[in-house]
Amino acid sequence: MAAQIFSAIFVIIVGVGGCVAYFWGANKLVDLIFPSRGVAGAAAIDNLRRQGLVRPWLFVGPAMIILTIYLIYPVVETLRLSFLDRGGINFVGLANYEWAFGDREFRNSILNNIIWLAVVPAACTFLGLIIAVLTDKIWWGTIAKSLIFLPLAISFVGASVIWKFIYEYRGEGQTQIGILNAVIQHFGGQPQVWISLPFWNNFFLMVILIWIQTGFAMVILSSALRGIPEETLEAAVIDGANPFQIFWKIMVPQIWGTIAVVWTTITILVLKVFDIVLTMTNGQWNSQVLANLMFDWMFRGGGDFGRGATIAIIIMIAVIPIMVWNIRQANKETGGH
Amino acid sequence: MAVATGNSFASRFGVHIAVLVFVAIWTIPTLGILVSSLRDKNQIIASGWWNSFSSSTQTEAGRLPAASTQVEKDGKFVLQGNIFGDGAARNISAFGVKSAAPTQYPAGTTADLGDGVTLLLNADGSFVMASPKAFDGDRGQRVYYASSAPPKFTTDNYKTVLFSEGIGRSFMNSLTVTIPATVIPILIAAFAAYALAWMRFPGRALLIAVIIGLLVVPLQMSLIPLLKLYNGVGSFFGMPSKTYLGIWLAHTGFGLPFAIYLLRSYIAGLPREIMESARIDGASDFEIFVKIVLPLSFPVLASFAIFQFLWVWNDLLVAMVFLGTEADQIVLTAKLNALLGSRGGDWEILTTSAFVTIIVPLIVFFSLQRYFVRGLLAGSVKGG
Repeated sequence: MAAQIFSAIFVIIVGVGGCVAYFWGANKLVDLIFPSRGVAGAAAIDNLRRQGLVRPWLFVGPAMIILTIYLIYPVVETLRLSFLDRGGINFVGLANYEWAFGDREFRNSILNNIIWLAVVPAACTFLGLIIAVLTDKIWWGTIAKSLIFLPLAISFVGASVIWKFIYEYRGEGQTQIGILNAVIQHFGGQPQVWISLPFWNNFFLMVILIWIQTGFAMVILSSALRGIPEETLEAAVIDGANPFQIFWKIMVPQIWGTIAVVWTTITILVLKVFDIVLTMTNGQWNSQVLANLMFDWMFRGGGDFGRGATIAIIIMIAVIPIMVWNIRQANKETGGH
Repeated sequence: MAVATGNSFASRFGVHIAVLVFVAIWTIPTLGILVSSLRDKNQIIASGWWNSFSSSTQTEAGRLPAASTQVEKDGKFVLQGNIFGDGAARNISAFGVKSAAPTQYPAGTTADLGDGVTLLLNADGSFVMASPKAFDGDRGQRVYYASSAPPKFTTDNYKTVLFSEGIGRSFMNSLTVTIPATVIPILIAAFAAYALAWMRFPGRALLIAVIIGLLVVPLQMSLIPLLKLYNGVGSFFGMPSKTYLGIWLAHTGFGLPFAIYLLRSYIAGLPREIMESARIDGASDFEIFVKIVLPLSFPVLASFAIFQFLWVWNDLLVAMVFLGTEADQIVLTAKLNALLGSRGGDWEILTTSAFVTIIVPLIVFFSLQRYFVRGLLAGSVKGG
C-alpha cells in the first residue's frame, strides 16, 4: 500500500510537472525558432505572425490529443463495432440491431428507459421549482436548501444502499426495520418487497435518482427566479393576480430557458443511469435499463462487443437531439466573441 | 403554493410546514444509515433505527448447560447458572420451553415442566433447574425468552468494516484514483480554455462546437473501444491492462470537455482591457496566461476541482471497467457494490460501509459548497 500511495504522489508530481514543462518548454521553443525581439522590424513582424499561427495549437494540443483518444476515436469505433460480431472481427451488417429489437430484455429496457425519461426529469424539475419558490420565503431557507442539496454529493451506490435500507422487507407481522414497510404496517397495510414488485419497482428505483437530482434543479432554478425583476412581480400583485397566476403566468414563463436546461441535463443523466439499477436489482424483475444492459453485455459470457456497442449507439441516438440543440444555443451566444 | 403574497399567517405557516416536510424527506434516508451504523448489530435487526433510543425487545433462544454440570442437593438434581453466561445487561420479561409458547411464564416464576422437573428463570438471566431424577444426555434444555436490551451504541461496526471487511484499503484506493485524476486535467484544460477564449486561429469555432458536443456524449460510447485499446496496449508491452495509470488518464479524458467548457466560459468573461493593456506592455500569451488569467481564474478552477473530485470519487462504471476487483485496486463504490452481493442482509456492515463512502464527499461538499454551487450555475445555465 505504501508503494501505491508513493506512486500516486509521484504521478501528481510527474503529471503536473510534465504539464508545466511542456507548456513552458513549447512556448520557449516557439520564441527561439521565431524570435520577435532583437531582430529587424520586418522580420520581427513576420515572426510574430508565425508565432500567432503556432502558439494556439501548442495550448490546445494536449487537450485535443486526449479528447481524440478518449472520446472522438471511441465514438467512431463504437459505431464500427456495432456492425461487427461479438469479438469485433467479422462484419455482420445490421444483425446486432435486428437482435436488439427482437430481444425481450432489450425491449423491456427501452420501455423502462422511456418511463424513466418521462418521470425523473419532470419530477426533479417540478419539485426543484416548488422548493426553490418556498425556500425563498422563509428565514431558514438557506439551511433547508443545503440539506435538500446534500444528496447530490452522494454516490449512486451509496444512495442505493441508503434506499435499500428504506425498502427493506420483513415478513408480515414481524418488526419491520425498513422505514417504508414500518410506516405501512403501522397503518395496518401489508408490507411489500418493493424492489421486486413488477412494473412499480421501476418507480422505487426512480425515487433514488429524484432524491439525488432535485437539489440540482432547485439550485439552478432558484438562481433563475432571483433574476426575475422585482417590478414585474409587484405589478402583477397590484393588478390583483393570485399566487397561482403569478407562479404559472409570470414566474414560469420568465425562467423557461433555465427550465429547459435543467430538464435536458437531467434527461442525459437518466439515459446514462447505471449504478442504481446495477446495485438495486441488476435488471431483475423487469427493471432493466439500457446503460446496465450495455454493461452486462460487455462482460456476459466473455463479452459481446458487437451487442454492447449497439446498445451504446442506441443511447447515443437518444442524446443527439440534445447535443444539436446545445451546440446551436452555444453558437448563438458565442457568435459575437 | 403561496407565492409572492404570504401576508396571512396561515399561508406563512403553511410554507414553513411544507419546507419542513421536504427537508424531512430529504434528510431522513441519510440519517437512517448514520444512526444504524452506530448501533449494536443485534439491535439493528431487532428494531427500526427510529426506535434506537428506546429499549429493544427481542425473543431469543438459549440452551441450559448439559447434564454433566449437575449437582445433587437435598435428594434433587440441580442445574444452576446464568443463561447469558457473560452476564450482559439485559432484562428478561418472560420465558418458555416450547417454541410455540416462548413467553409462557413470567420471569421470576417457577415453571413446572412435568415429571417433577421445575425451572426458575429470573429477570437477570440466572436460573435454577431441579429434578428428582438425574439429568442425562449432553444437550441441555432449550429455553426461549423475551428480553429487552437498553439502547447500545458502538463504533465496533466501523472497526469491523475498516479493518476486516477491506473498506479501509478501498478508501486508500479511492484516494489514489481520485487525487491525480482531479489534479491532472486542470492545467491541460486551463491552457486549452485560454486559447479558445482569447487567441484567434482558424478552426476555433469548430473546436468549441466539438467540445460542447462531447459534453453530452454518453460514457457508454467510450467503454468498449477503450477496453479493447487498453487490452491491446497491455498485451503489447506485457503489462496488466488494469492499472491506476489507465484510470487516471481515462478520468482525465472524460473530465476534459466539462473542464474546458467551464473554464472557457469563465476566462472569456474576464475584462478585455486587462488583456490588452498587458499585450501593449509586451507580454506574450504565455505570460498573460500565467500571470493574469490563472490567478484570476482561481474560483472557477476550484469549482472544477470539486466537481471532478466528487465525480471520480463517486464513479462506479469507469472503475468497474478499467480497474481490477482485487483488494489492491477495488475502490469504495465497487467494494460497496460487492458487499451488497456478499453481505446482503448484514445491515451493520452495509450501513457503515455506505457511510464511510459518503463521508468524504459530504465534507468536501459542506466545506466548499460555495464553489460547488458557482460551478453548477456556470456550467449549466450558459449554453446548457
